[in-house]
Amino acid sequence: MPKNPIYENRKPVITIRGLKKTFGQNAVLNGFDMDLYEGETLVIMGKSGSGKSVMIKCLIGLETHDAGTINIMGRDMENVSEDELRDIRTEVGFLFQGSALYDSMTVRENLEFPLRRHKRKFGGISDTTPMVIEVLESVGLAHAIDLMPEELSGGMKRRIALARTLILRPRIILYDEPTTGLDPITSKEIVLLMKSIQQKYSTSSIVITHDVDCARFISDRMILLVDGVNYAEGTFAELDASADPKVQAFFKS
Amino acid sequence: MKLLNTLIRSVLNYLEELGQLSRFAGKFFREVVRRPFEGRELLRQCYNMGNKSLLLVGVTGFIIGLVFTLQSRPKMLELGAAAWLPSMVSISIVREIGPIITALICAGRIGSGIGAELGSMRVTEQIDAMEVSGTNPFKYLVVTRILATTLMIPILVVMSDAIALFGSFLVESIKGDVSFRLYFDEVFASLDFIDIIPATLKTFFFGFAIGLVGSFRGYYCKHGTAGVGVAANTAVVETSMLLFVLDFLAVMVTDIFY
Repeated sequence: MPKNPIYENRKPVITIRGLKKTFGQNAVLNGFDMDLYEGETLVIMGKSGSGKSVMIKCLIGLETHDAGTINIMGRDMENVSEDELRDIRTEVGFLFQGSALYDSMTVRENLEFPLRRHKRKFGGISDTTPMVIEVLESVGLAHAIDLMPEELSGGMKRRIALARTLILRPRIILYDEPTTGLDPITSKEIVLLMKSIQQKYSTSSIVITHDVDCARFISDRMILLVDGVNYAEGTFAELDASADPKVQAFFKS
Repeated sequence: MKLLNTLIRSVLNYLEELGQLSRFAGKFFREVVRRPFEGRELLRQCYNMGNKSLLLVGVTGFIIGLVFTLQSRPKMLELGAAAWLPSMVSISIVREIGPIITALICAGRIGSGIGAELGSMRVTEQIDAMEVSGTNPFKYLVVTRILATTLMIPILVVMSDAIALFGSFLVESIKGDVSFRLYFDEVFASLDFIDIIPATLKTFFFGFAIGLVGSFRGYYCKHGTAGVGVAANTAVVETSMLLFVLDFLAVMVTDIFY
């Protein structure tokens, strides 16, 4: 865990200890440990198949882990009921690699969909339009409100997906390879957007990526995941300066 | 030995899938009574399934009525039983042909549609996206679809039966100069509640089976886009087989009580 004194007075919003996950004979996570502190952006890097995406899917309950503990905002994920899990999920947003927009709904309906089911969180609001417009403005796409997902470019889809994540005002956002499949300019726009959103909404974030430029710009702290365990941990500058060949292979590639 | 192992593995896989399907059905019955009720989505599904299947079901029913009457009329005339034709056609269509043919058509059209739609949502992570937004995708996607098929298939069957009888009447009126009133007087005189009620009741089970298997295959779809095709195809094949089994059971039960 980080030795840096800036973390001493901050409490973790997510704690993972000894996380293990196996698919058949293939052990993907072999005792992964992690803390995410309030307000920080933690970047997790690793090669394809190193277990990054599996880790965040275990975190949010889309995959069940074989061993280890996950604690989100003081609640042990192993002991929560289905209803409690749904409550936790309204506090933890998830941006999918492929955006995962509901393709039979317009952008407005995509954003209203989670909102209508969690009206209670917002005092039982009846008119969702102002909230929808506000988050669309945050991602710079208010004009796309009545478009269908098929009419959007890859970058626009990623922004709308981010808006859908934001609409429930999560305290934590998990980004699964947010810039993968995008051109360098759009990738940069998405990274800038992530940074501005983090500042505007004061969220804590976990970013899964192998985009070194994205990690450099956005990370407060980084974990390098190798063979299912935390191989190296530190700030971008610390890891970049590391003499370890495995770490170097990543940063100099 | 190798053949035996393959056979044992196939049987075990089949039993495992049957168990999963039973658990899936159990989850449906638990979720259907829990809030929130997705009324708007249920109505949308009912409209889509009913409205978009009506033409296909209607045309099929009409052709069945025409063909069935055309095929059986010469034999009935030969036996001197032409007056019995409306009774024979109506009982056959209402008790058996209408429900099973309509259900099979709906298995192909609606069941495969559900399998493909949910399968595609699964592989593009849309179902996962619903889950992580704190929504219950099972309730929104599965419960509404199973309820919609359970409610709409009986309505489609009744419509198909009516259109099939009209088709039969057309043949009779052209070939035998029978009036609309006389033909349908004969039809209704020969139909009893024991013809209509069991036949209608079993269509609810047919509808449930179509929604259940289509949703099950789509909801647990794997292996990318190829898996979507497999889900749609398997949904149709398995539902069709299940419909015949249910039909057989319905006939057995009807025989016991009547």
